[in-house]
Order: sequence, then C-alpha cells, then structure tokens
Amino acid sequence: MTGTLSIVGFGLSTIGPGTATGLIFAAYISGVARQPEARSILQPIAFLGFALAEALAIFGLVLAFVLK
Amino acid sequence: MQPGFKPPGSGDFIFQPIFGHSLLATKPVVLLFFSVILISTFFIISARKAAVVPSKLQFAGEAVYGFVRDGIGKDVIGEEFQRFVPFLFTIFTFILTNNLFGVIPLMQFPTMSHIGFPVSITIFVYFVYHYVAIKKHGLGKYLKDMCFMPGIPKPMYILLAPLEFLTYFAIRPLTLAMRLFGNMFAGHLLLMLFTLGGEYLLGSAWFLKIFSAISFSLAVGLSFFEMGIQCLQAYIFTLLVALYIAGALADEH
Repeated sequence: MTGTLSIVGFGLSTIGPGTATGLIFAAYISGVARQPEARSILQPIAFLGFALAEALAIFGLVLAFVLK
Repeated sequence: MQPGFKPPGSGDFIFQPIFGHSLLATKPVVLLFFSVILISTFFIISARKAAVVPSKLQFAGEAVYGFVRDGIGKDVIGEEFQRFVPFLFTIFTFILTNNLFGVIPLMQFPTMSHIGFPVSITIFVYFVYHYVAIKKHGLGKYLKDMCFMPGIPKPMYILLAPLEFLTYFAIRPLTLAMRLFGNMFAGHLLLMLFTLGGEYLLGSAWFLKIFSAISFSLAVGLSFFEMGIQCLQAYIFTLLVALYIAGALADEH
C-alpha cells in the first residue's frame, strides 16, 4: 500500500470545518423556521459563515497536495 | 498479474497544447475563451429584442441579472449598489459558466481548477475594493478604521491591529482564490476517481464488475452534486466580493 500521510492529514482537517458547517446551517434553518421573513437577511450571513469555515478545509486540501 | 490501480492526482490537471507548442492553446485556455463567447452571445441575443412582455430567452437572461442585482448587490452593498452591479454580474456569470464546464459532457473540465484563473480574478477584486475604500475615505482614515475598530479596550489593539491588517491585505484575497480553486479541484478529482475506478473494475474479475456499476452510478450522481457545488461557489465568490465592497464603503467597520 502506497500513498502519502498528507491525505490522512487532510481527512483529519475536515472534521472541524465539517462540524462548523453543520452548526452554521442548523442555526440558519432554525432561524428561518422561527421567522420566515428574516430569510433574506440571514442567507448572506449563513453563507459567509459557511465560506469562512470551509476555507480551513480548503487549506487542508491544498497543503495535502503541496507537501508531498 | 493485474497492473495496480493508479489513482488520479494533480498530474491529471496538466494538459498538452491542443495545437502547436504554445502554452496558450491548452484546454483550460480554450474553454476560457469559449466561455466569454458563450456568455456574450447569450446575453446579447436575450437582450436584443427586449419587450415589455418578455420572451422565454429574455426572461432567463433577466432572471440571472435580477438575481445578482437584487439578491447580491442591493441586499449586501446597500444604497450605492448600482455602480457595482456590472462588476458583480460579470464575475458571477464568468465563474458560473467556467465552473459548469466541469459537468458538461465533452468539455468536463472546470477551468477554475487551475489556480491561475481564480488568482487573476482575485487580483482584480483586490484592487477594486481597496481603490473604492481609499477613494471614499482617504488612505489614512481607511487604515485607521481598519486597524483600530472602536469600542475595544486599548491594550487589545496590540493583538488586534496586526490581525485586522493581515485580514484585509493577505487572508481575504488568499482565501477568496483558494476557496474557488480548491472546490473545483477537489470536485473534479472526485469525479475522475469514480470514473477511472469504475473503468478499472470493469477489466477485473467477474464479481467485481458489480462494483464497477456502483462506481459509475456514483460518478453520475456526484456529477449532479457537483453541479450544485459549482453554482454555490459562483454565488459565494460574488457574495464575498459584494461584502468586501460593502465593508470598504461602510463608514464604521
């Protein structure tokens, strides 16, 4: 079996952003469920938070390919 | 003895020139030029016979425009949004088209999975939002507002000022380019893995051919998933650009 340990590292680095993304959208859904008219205000905020959390996973991916 | 399965890697993203030896004629560049032709043709045709009662084509064109103008521009930037709509609209359609090339048969390569293209868009965005802020506030006030946000105990500025400065000048453009690149790269790699895996299993022992079918159907299913990601990334990129411009225009950070 061959491969680099970096890919395992990438797998580990996705745990945090994955959890974070779940929490962000859980909060967004419950916010919209309580107040459906707040959807247009909440949507950019939710996606901004999602994008910021996801950036960490992307760093992991890029580093996994850079550090051979 | 079966030859081992060779998983796809970053080497599969490097293309030979289609004709000649010029590096300007590789597949991503050709797709890029094609996308420009495609977008301009579509919007020129859809807007040429503009009528009060729109045709289907005009309706489609206006729906995209309306989404960017109202959903991203007006909601995020606020009252001065009108002069940034062409910029946002260009970025959105350009990224969306180039991303969607990743799942269109025969093309099947998202242009943005080469880091050079997101980086060049990001450099453009970087200059735009700094220029807008410096023009509105002046360089000194812009830097002061950026580093020293009000309502925080004085000693905290030792920690916060460099962090805020770094956020504006390094982290924002870096994440903007890397997010788009990383998503497209990973998505294309995933599709390649399942397609090549299915092809490899097809050539192995008979009972493994069942798994080949599973692998191919997963590749098809993931293509649709990938289509969603591609639209989402175009939206997120444009949304973040709008947020950065809104932050540059705001009086208080």
